[in-house]
Amino acid sequence: MAQNRQEDDAAVAPEALRAEGIVKRFGALTALSGVDLHLQQGEVLGLIGDNGAGKSTLIKTITGFHRPDEGQMYVDGKPVTLRSVAQARALGIETVFQDLALISELSVYHNMFLNSELTLKPFPLLNNRKMKERAKQYIDDMGVNIPSIDTQVGRLSGGQRQAIAVARSVYSDARILLLDEPLAAMGAKEGAMILDLVQKLKNEGRVSIILIAHNYSHVFEVCDRVNLLQHGRISYDKPTSESSVEELTELVVAEYRKARTTS
Amino acid sequence: MAKQAVGGGVGASESARSSPGLGSRVSELMLRQREASIFLVAIALAVYFQSSNSAFLSSGNIRSLSEFTYATAIISTGLVMLLICGEIDLSVGQAYGFAPIAMYLADQTLVLPVAIVVGLLATAVIGLINGVATVYLRVPSFIATLGMFFFLGGVNVILTDGFPKTAPSGSFLTEILGGADWSGIAWCLVIVLFMHILLNRTRWGLHTFATGGNPVGASEAGVKTARIKVGNFMLCSALGGFAGLLDALRIGSIDPLAGGPNIMFFAVSAAVIGGTALAGGTGTVIGAFLGTVVLSIMQNGFSLQGVSAYTFNVILGIAILTAMTLNVYVGSLRRSGRG
Ligand SMILES: Nc1ncnc2c1ncn2[C@@H]1O[C@H](COP(=O)(O)OP(=O)(O)OP(=O)(O)O)[C@@H](O)[C@H]1O
Ligand SMILES: [Mg+2]
Repeated sequence: MAQNRQEDDAAVAPEALRAEGIVKRFGALTALSGVDLHLQQGEVLGLIGDNGAGKSTLIKTITGFHRPDEGQMYVDGKPVTLRSVAQARALGIETVFQDLALISELSVYHNMFLNSELTLKPFPLLNNRKMKERAKQYIDDMGVNIPSIDTQVGRLSGGQRQAIAVARSVYSDARILLLDEPLAAMGAKEGAMILDLVQKLKNEGRVSIILIAHNYSHVFEVCDRVNLLQHGRISYDKPTSESSVEELTELVVAEYRKARTTS
Repeated sequence: MAKQAVGGGVGASESARSSPGLGSRVSELMLRQREASIFLVAIALAVYFQSSNSAFLSSGNIRSLSEFTYATAIISTGLVMLLICGEIDLSVGQAYGFAPIAMYLADQTLVLPVAIVVGLLATAVIGLINGVATVYLRVPSFIATLGMFFFLGGVNVILTDGFPKTAPSGSFLTEILGGADWSGIAWCLVIVLFMHILLNRTRWGLHTFATGGNPVGASEAGVKTARIKVGNFMLCSALGGFAGLLDALRIGSIDPLAGGPNIMFFAVSAAVIGGTALAGGTGTVIGAFLGTVVLSIMQNGFSLQGVSAYTFNVILGIAILTAMTLNVYVGSLRRSGRG
């Protein structure tokens, strides 16, 4: 990161998120072996890495779904220990999980408001009408094509489901957005739509975003900075302005060649 | 491949605009229709039994029908919640026996209203144990509640020394709680309405569907799936206990062998016939209630006709298999509606 930019950030844009020495083990498997990562306020950080590198595990740890075996998280500079996704949400951290976390049996609007349902206060009854209205508005704003807000999510296409998962987190007043491959099932047009949305959020400057993607050109299109996750650690951290698709490809492929020759 | 899928989705969406909306309405209709068709089956059965024996719709027999229905129906509403979560409670019939016994024992030293609360709380604790064993100790609920079934069945006999006890009676409280004619079915209707609203109009119900439909996804979305499951175990057990209290106060006697597997399997059957899938994620309270009504009409009607209990079991078996086949059929219709 350029020196003067760093100082600017320190003055106006403090850290939204920092993870230090995050270790996560699944039995004998060490998925994360000491991840250090930080996210400035208003920044879009691209996170890349091979299949199975631990990107999703890192996201799930940051969002309170997994508990790290070691390490410390900071939100807005304050140390936090998250015990649940709900707790992360309360801190303004919203996630689009790779598996989308949608319930096939429920309608589009119930999925969009899952766990942040609107009720007919003071009665503990669901305000379905309002949820439908709002969900429809979000979907229209985003320009997603969905047959009806009442449709069961299980009937939608992969891309439509992904759009709903993205809409759910984007319209939740999140301050930190974690997007785990939000473009994976998207067609070219819908993919561009999501990237535009990320760009728009970035321009508004309210949210800080971590974006996981396998397509480097997507990363370079919207991200300020890129991190490469390898062997359970961040092995590469550069502003996108100082990096290139070729450099990243070379890094990852070199790794692959090295592994082939040694084995 | 992914591109094609979405491209297809978008291109098709003009034509799809009407069909998936229709599709969801179809599956909605199938569920409603399921309730409506069970209702029609109940009416048809009533007409048939009335035509073959005019005593069937006498007020005396309707009352005994209602007495036959309410306890099972109350239990089946609790089971529906658990089945939607993807769990089951095989011990609920023993909770039905346990609540009156706990009330009886508490009534020896405490005043009756408190004793009744003790009976209900005791069954809620049973549900708590079932839930903790399932959710935190990860024993499948089928096994955990099977253990509870035997355990509680034994406890019920031990606590009463194996002899029936006389239930408290004669007070206003015992009259409303089963003692008075029709009070049982009145409670049942109130509970069915309450549970229907709880399931379909509250966050608790929505989270129950989510927990059963996609446990991992639900917890990723922040739904407290453990709490939902444990709560539904407690609710199911307590409803079983409440049904047992109503029956004990109506009959005037507390039987250590009351309830057990019979009422539990009837309640499960009623839920299944009513359209609740054992796999979780779907189910209706009204369906379970209507399922109980059909079962009660059949059992009562056949016994009026002098048909043996064995014949009744054969018919019940066929009814359950038919209902399950229908469930699978509706499920595959839904899945094909996706494409
Ligand atoms: N719940 C789990 N239990 C056991 N192992 C797990 C679990 N979740 C992930 N892993 C393992 O941790 C490693 C990292 O997985 P992760 O899903 O984080 O990879 P990823 O970088 O997101 O890959 P992809 O690009 O394919 O999504 C893998 O080896 C995976 O098998
Ligand atoms: Mg992943």
